[in-house]
Amino acid sequence: MEILSIVLMVIGAFFLAVSAVGLLRLPDFYSRNHAIGKSETLGAMLILVGLAILNGWDLNTIKIIFVIIFVVIANPTATHAITRAALRSDLELWTRKDKERTKK
Amino acid sequence: MSTFILGITIFLAVVTASCLYRVAVGKTVFDRIVASGLVGTNGFIILILIGFIFERVNMFIDIAIAYALLNFIVTIVLGRYFDRMREKS
Repeated sequence: MEILSIVLMVIGAFFLAVSAVGLLRLPDFYSRNHAIGKSETLGAMLILVGLAILNGWDLNTIKIIFVIIFVVIANPTATHAITRAALRSDLELWTRKDKERTKK
Repeated sequence: MSTFILGITIFLAVVTASCLYRVAVGKTVFDRIVASGLVGTNGFIILILIGFIFERVNMFIDIAIAYALLNFIVTIVLGRYFDRMREKS
């Protein structure tokens, strides 16, 4: 049981690191948001599932499962809301012209 | 097992601290909002892991639940606010 939770937590930490790299390296707001919105949810979910398996059956496990359900519902909702706000306030997309401009 | 959880916690703390660069520098205000949301999500995961290190999960999990709720509400409210700013002008 411990080995399963260790594997899940290592994979979850890898996905959180991927989301941080995407936040730091990608060129545009929309692509950064695309990198965060999925891998952040998946990494948080995997780490919390690993902790719930490690804890065993308890009241704390039920609370951790509640946090997992809340994260799965709330994190894509927040990403969608902030992206719609950015799109409505006319934030410009990153195009190929910007890439050529930054090369020069 | 406790050493492994300590290692995961230190790794996530380094990752979260590198995300603070985007909060400080980010070109638009939406970049800052999204980056602070990511810092908040990583923060409550670190909080639950700290609870496992100290073996007092029942106290830390309640703080983590409150932190997750506040993090979600902050992102939603800031998104609505900067949405309305454009409609006024």
